[in-house]
Amino acid sequence: MLRLTDLELRYGPIRALKGVTLDVAAGEIVTLIGANGAGKSSTLKAISGIHGTSGGSIVFAGRRIDNLPPHEIVALGISHCPEGRRIFGDLSVRENLLMGGYLLAKHEMAGRLDEVLGLFPRLGERIHQAGGTLSGGEQQMLAIARALMCKPGLLMLDEPSLGLAPIMVEKIFETIVALKQTGLTVLLVEQNAGAALEISDRGYVLEIGQVTLSGTSAALRDDQRVAQAYLGG
Amino acid sequence: MFLQHLLNGITIGGSYALIALGYTLVYGVLKLINFAHGEIYMIGAYLGFILISLLPAMPPFLQGSLPLFLLVVFGIAAMICSLYGFYLEKICYRPLRGAPKLTPLISALGASIFLQNFVMISMGAKDRIFPQTIGMRAISLGGVSFTPLQLTIIFSSIALMALLYWFINRTRLGTAIRATSTDPFMAALVGINVDTVISVTFMAGSFLAACAGVMIGLYYGSINFTLGYLGGIKAFTAAVLGGIGNVPGAMVGGFLLGIIEALGAGYFSSEYKDVYAFFILIAVLVFRPAGLLGKRSDERA
Ligand SMILES: Nc1ncnc2c1ncn2[C@@H]1O[C@H](COP(=O)(O)OP(=O)(O)O)[C@@H](O)[C@H]1O
Ligand SMILES: [Mg+2]
Repeated sequence: MLRLTDLELRYGPIRALKGVTLDVAAGEIVTLIGANGAGKSSTLKAISGIHGTSGGSIVFAGRRIDNLPPHEIVALGISHCPEGRRIFGDLSVRENLLMGGYLLAKHEMAGRLDEVLGLFPRLGERIHQAGGTLSGGEQQMLAIARALMCKPGLLMLDEPSLGLAPIMVEKIFETIVALKQTGLTVLLVEQNAGAALEISDRGYVLEIGQVTLSGTSAALRDDQRVAQAYLGG
Repeated sequence: MFLQHLLNGITIGGSYALIALGYTLVYGVLKLINFAHGEIYMIGAYLGFILISLLPAMPPFLQGSLPLFLLVVFGIAAMICSLYGFYLEKICYRPLRGAPKLTPLISALGASIFLQNFVMISMGAKDRIFPQTIGMRAISLGGVSFTPLQLTIIFSSIALMALLYWFINRTRLGTAIRATSTDPFMAALVGINVDTVISVTFMAGSFLAACAGVMIGLYYGSINFTLGYLGGIKAFTAAVLGGIGNVPGAMVGGFLLGIIEALGAGYFSSEYKDVYAFFILIAVLVFRPAGLLGKRSDERA
């Protein structure tokens, strides 16, 4: 479904990605793990077109998408829920969701809003509240819900569990599994490597802009190097 | 007497508010003060002058109905100015996206000088007198006297603000403007074409400024190519007074500035009329830089 080949990305003189190759098949959950600064977020930014690439290619559903503008990439069915949630704080929960569905046709909007609120009933109760007044966990739910509004085929989540209470973290992971069961493909970036490998099919380990390990999640969990570096021993 | 000054202040304040909205909307999406905005307002006034002068050449159904004729004048001036706003952004600001903050400011000054000279050369440096259209005969009511023109101006400016408020809060594109103002990065990620939103914002601001230009031309009766300078600074003051980036703030700031000016001119000295705005600008910047309705944590201009 998605294939990155030798992808390179720079921030001025800094080379954040130095030839990343990975692929995601339809219906999978694929995890990207790596230390802070390894290039996980940069990988997602390249895919969603929010940051230009300087080499390599990105192919989605048989079509090259590298360096297309972000709104065209969303239109193709890739949704990127970025690090730090980035809720539109002054906009109501409803408006945040409507913005998530910005590219939907007018007649699809109301139906999609109901579907998404069905997955996150708590948001329905807060529908007219300003997004910025929600709790951290609710904001993460809203961020995911907003990313789902555009009916994506591929959902990219960047550290959705970061800074949340353990019970909320569990909820987020349950949500991701439930989404997979609806046929959604997920590319997941997580600090919480143990939990991420638990729910994913395959994984890649990123180190300073390069893939150093890959395999099924079960194999990665059993790998000595992964256990030492990312699973706390 | 007080009510009389108040009414005069509201009349002129409505125009300040309309122009101030353009500053505030653009600041919202680009965090940039569009210092060429006053020139758009001035061009609106000239377009109003040209169109109203064409009245004798208009088809009979327009000559017969003054409200309809004025609607056409406002509409055409506003649409042409929207195009000015569109190209202003495209030519003077877009290529400088991501440049240091001072660079687009200099570009704005350049655009400002260019537009002023363009109007001066094409329309002449002398004052232009607006043809009389709406009745100027004052009606007196409880000691307050006002003209039908004044009522028309107050009513139109409030209607335009209501229209903008509806657009910003109730339409998908308007909500996208607010989303882009809070987080352009995230706005792009949900599929908003941020460039389009920025263009639309310039067009909406220019639309309102053009209407203010026509109103001021009708109200004062004469216009000059330097009109945009003072008008621009006053409206900018109004935007800062209300809190730059804040839409209701620009409306409140505009009316407040108009009222303060009218009261100042009425009770102290009308010769200092134009100075009050600068006092206010300095006072706000010193004592409450975020403005009356602005958040204190807001990034400062
Ligand atoms: N906006 C930026 N400007 C400059 N350097 C950046 C920027 N964003 C990330 N980087 C650098 O790129 C590298 C990869 O960052 P990132 O993709 O955010 O890593 P991760 O998400 O794995 O923590 C890091 O060295 C980081 O410092
Ligand atoms: Mg990151």
